[in-house]
Amino acid sequence: MKQLYYEDVSVGGEVIPLLKQPTTRQLVMWAGAVGDYQPIHYDKDFARSRGLSGVIVHGQLVGAFLGQLMTDWIGEQGILRKLGCSYKGMNYPGETITLGGKVTKKYVEGEEHRVECSLWAENPKGEKTATGTAMVILPSRG
Amino acid sequence: MAEGTLDTDKLKSKLGVEWAPWSYPVAREMIRRFARAVGDPRGQDGNIAPPAFALAIGFEQFVDEVTTVVPFGTLLMGGTELECYQQIKSGDMITVVFKISSLRERQGKMGRMAFMTFDSTYQNQKQELVARCRQMVIGY
Repeated sequence: MKQLYYEDVSVGGEVIPLLKQPTTRQLVMWAGAVGDYQPIHYDKDFARSRGLSGVIVHGQLVGAFLGQLMTDWIGEQGILRKLGCSYKGMNYPGETITLGGKVTKKYVEGEEHRVECSLWAENPKGEKTATGTAMVILPSRG
Repeated sequence: MAEGTLDTDKLKSKLGVEWAPWSYPVAREMIRRFARAVGDPRGQDGNIAPPAFALAIGFEQFVDEVTTVVPFGTLLMGGTELECYQQIKSGDMITVVFKISSLRERQGKMGRMAFMTFDSTYQNQKQELVARCRQMVIGY
């Protein structure tokens, strides 16, 4: 994993995108890992009865993907301090989710070299199914 | 659950009140399972959890508690705001405290819908704050 430094980042620059294609198997793994057994994530008929067009990807899994987007980008020495996301639409298993982000701000606060980003998750139609923000602390070359 | 029978009054009585703390020992396998479920290279060795791992702590008990008080057919996540202050490692004992900080109801296309905000704080065995989380949840 390549290390990202504060000096490497500029406002408007892009976070290296991350692609995910969660399968129903991955939803089962997530359900077990976090203890979220809501049937809308594994029972198609139940999901339809709740007004959904089918089984949906857990919002929090998309949130965790956004977390990975950031930690992959910032490298071992980077720290993800804040991660916020708002789930705007549904992601369906089998569909590719493109996770992306842009640097909105960089500043030094005390000893910390902070970078803020806006984030999103996009479905294959190009619709943003989640948007978010992150604040990370990066090492500096000094 | 029949439409229009949501009775959130019982949850309203818990508004702004911290729930009793729940403690969980963090096992290597929990971290590994989480990392594998996300497909995240961080945490695959089970030593240090990816930051979003805090979401897994107490979540099942939280959903059980909420749906015992009000039998929502579905809880949909509306949003998550996570602040991470320290890494969570295998062997940690994490204590989580939940609180409902807001609750409003609205008539939606699926009947009565409850829009709830939950705050949670996570402390380790040294009583250090490791994470704080706010989650927006829609129950219907």
